[in-house]
Amino acid sequence: MENAQTLAGQTFVNPSMDSRPTLLEVRDLKVEFNIRGGVIKAVDGLTFDIKRGQTVGIIGESGCGKSVTARAILRMIPKPGRITGGQILYYRYSRYPDRDGAKKDVEVIDLTTLDPDGELIRQIRGGEIAMIFQEPMSSLTPVYTAGTHLNEAITLHRLLPIKRLGDQMVEAITKYRRVTKEEARQIAIEMLRRVGIPKPEQRVDSYPHQLSGGQRQRVMIAIALSTEPYMLIADEPTTALDVSIEAQILDIMRELQQTANMAIMFITHNLGVIASMADEIVVMYMGKQVERAKVVDLFYHPKHPYTQALLQSVPRLGPKTGARLASIEGMVPDPLNLPTGCVFHPRCPAFMPGKCDKLIPSWNKVGENHWARCLLYEE
Amino acid sequence: MAVAAAPLTQAKKKEIGQSYWDLVWYRFKKNRLGVLGAILLIALYGSFVALPEVISPYALENRSNFVEAPPTAIRLIDEKGQLRAPFIYGLERKIDPVRRLRTWELDTDRKYPVRLFMQGDEYKLFGLIPMNIHLFGIEADQSEQRIFLLGSDALGRDYFTRIMYGGRLSLMIGLLGQFLTLVLGTTLGVISGYYGGAVDMFVQRFTEFLSAFPNIPLFMALSAAIPVFWPPTAVYFMLTIILAFLGWGGLARQVRGLILSLREREYALAAKSFGASDWRIMFRHLLPGTMSHVIVIATLSIPGMILAETALSWLGLGLRPPLTSWGTLLQDAATIRAIRFTPWLLWVVPPILLTILTYNMLGDGLRDALDPYSGR
Repeated sequence: MENAQTLAGQTFVNPSMDSRPTLLEVRDLKVEFNIRGGVIKAVDGLTFDIKRGQTVGIIGESGCGKSVTARAILRMIPKPGRITGGQILYYRYSRYPDRDGAKKDVEVIDLTTLDPDGELIRQIRGGEIAMIFQEPMSSLTPVYTAGTHLNEAITLHRLLPIKRLGDQMVEAITKYRRVTKEEARQIAIEMLRRVGIPKPEQRVDSYPHQLSGGQRQRVMIAIALSTEPYMLIADEPTTALDVSIEAQILDIMRELQQTANMAIMFITHNLGVIASMADEIVVMYMGKQVERAKVVDLFYHPKHPYTQALLQSVPRLGPKTGARLASIEGMVPDPLNLPTGCVFHPRCPAFMPGKCDKLIPSWNKVGENHWARCLLYEE
Repeated sequence: MAVAAAPLTQAKKKEIGQSYWDLVWYRFKKNRLGVLGAILLIALYGSFVALPEVISPYALENRSNFVEAPPTAIRLIDEKGQLRAPFIYGLERKIDPVRRLRTWELDTDRKYPVRLFMQGDEYKLFGLIPMNIHLFGIEADQSEQRIFLLGSDALGRDYFTRIMYGGRLSLMIGLLGQFLTLVLGTTLGVISGYYGGAVDMFVQRFTEFLSAFPNIPLFMALSAAIPVFWPPTAVYFMLTIILAFLGWGGLARQVRGLILSLREREYALAAKSFGASDWRIMFRHLLPGTMSHVIVIATLSIPGMILAETALSWLGLGLRPPLTSWGTLLQDAATIRAIRFTPWLLWVVPPILLTILTYNMLGDGLRDALDPYSGR
């Protein structure tokens, strides 16, 4: 497990990266599930943004709304759930001006207003915002080869410029054509090679059951990246893998991110992984965003008691101390019966009676690029 | 690492990608009864659907004066006890004055050799190639003597010929009807299971509505609705459609059930997250997962289709003469008089039984081969 020592050994991206152009802006997002027992607020007032090429980590316990946030961005929330408030602004950099018919280079689209089955969201899904899932074992359709999956994504989303002979102005390409089958196959093989699958010319014809778990996850990443998306949503991409494969997969993702200037939204509950991957981290608890900070600030100076407790519960390598592993007291509350005031107050070590169980904390700036939702920091 | 992808040879591809169907074929081959069923079925369809003109000695509507002649025995030993090439005796018409019956007696003076590949009635092979070669026949003028392997009917037509031709319609109606059922049932099943909600509600209630009807009266009502003046081929296709229309409900339900579980699989979600349309997810990613079940259900329900046609035609509600199917032939055999005096008209039953048995053998074999959870 990663700890402070390895953290110190890492070089982190300069905070000036904030000057990079924004790609996605989530503003006060609310997602609710209307079930028989009542209304579950799966995501309640989430606000963050992702710049181009930036990695944002979202951490929290199981059921805190991480995956729902990811699905909300792609408008794929399962049935009883719906977005009840907020905005998801996507800065769409026009890639094929000819096809998209866009006048401007950047077009701001509020994803929450799109038809979830419409043409536009389907172009964005996979083509511009790709997603990889937690379960590589079941994310590939068992009856198709790796190559078929890749071809499907490539032919759906990739267009190639039509180059005319004698045309000097290569930058002024405005016409695009679909990828042919043979080209798609070549791209597929190349993608498999890039994600480190040995003998890609042969593996492209393998069925999912012939691939190992790590290989399948690599195929998933290859599919996601084959369309050259602007953003990758990785929903616990390494949970089902063993640690050595996990390290390889993370290396591949980092490497590909640098070459393609792709943003990554990394969802996990593994603090070690997030420390080595992310530039910025959002901590969620029971659908609420409790803290948001640069990765160094968050790990060295956590402000919210929940984040502090979370970090203390990470087992550390080192001389035997005989101390018990710290854990967060109490149980995750029933989502239908959330505590009053601050939702974390029944488990909070810094609980202030008469205050935390009555008042709802607001979103406070606690430092440079550092916010927390806690009454400790309220005037 | 700029190695160009070498085109894979077929053998190499096979080595790498042992697909689901390769495994199914491997398992199916080990099931002897299933393989036997498959071979028999191919033989049945080959002879009854593709080549009845060649196998039968006469044309379908070729009448003769040999009315209700009993089956002709092909002999190898003549009346003197000598071995000779296959031959038949001539038939002589006699009147039994006591019983007031027409009878046929053997005339041992007349012998007609039986030959393979005889020239006879003109026909078009596969509806295209004009030919007049028949698999077997006798060396005689048609008005003088004929060979009736399974006897002849009341119009002097060769009953063997009629069974051969009748098989074409009966076997094809099963296949065509099942094909339509398959298309209707899987499409509606997939849509119903994938979308759920109101669509599902509507489709399911509709199938229940259909299956709640008593079958035979509904068949009767629908077939009675086919206008009498329609040409026989139109009647045939209408009947196929009716059979399919009433048969898709069960299949749709099963497919729906499978889709309900498959749509929750991660790969359906993954396909969606890559921008695949609903249509694509339903028919490219989910439908193949149901195929093993669908194939088995389809194979096992073709006999039902064939029997339904037979039953309807027997009741006089399905195919009507001049169309000849096993059902219309059974109709001729359905009187006491026929059973008493022309029992050979019941020879239409064995091919029906054989067809249904082979379908069941094949279906069982396929079920064992396609079920991924059965032991390998």
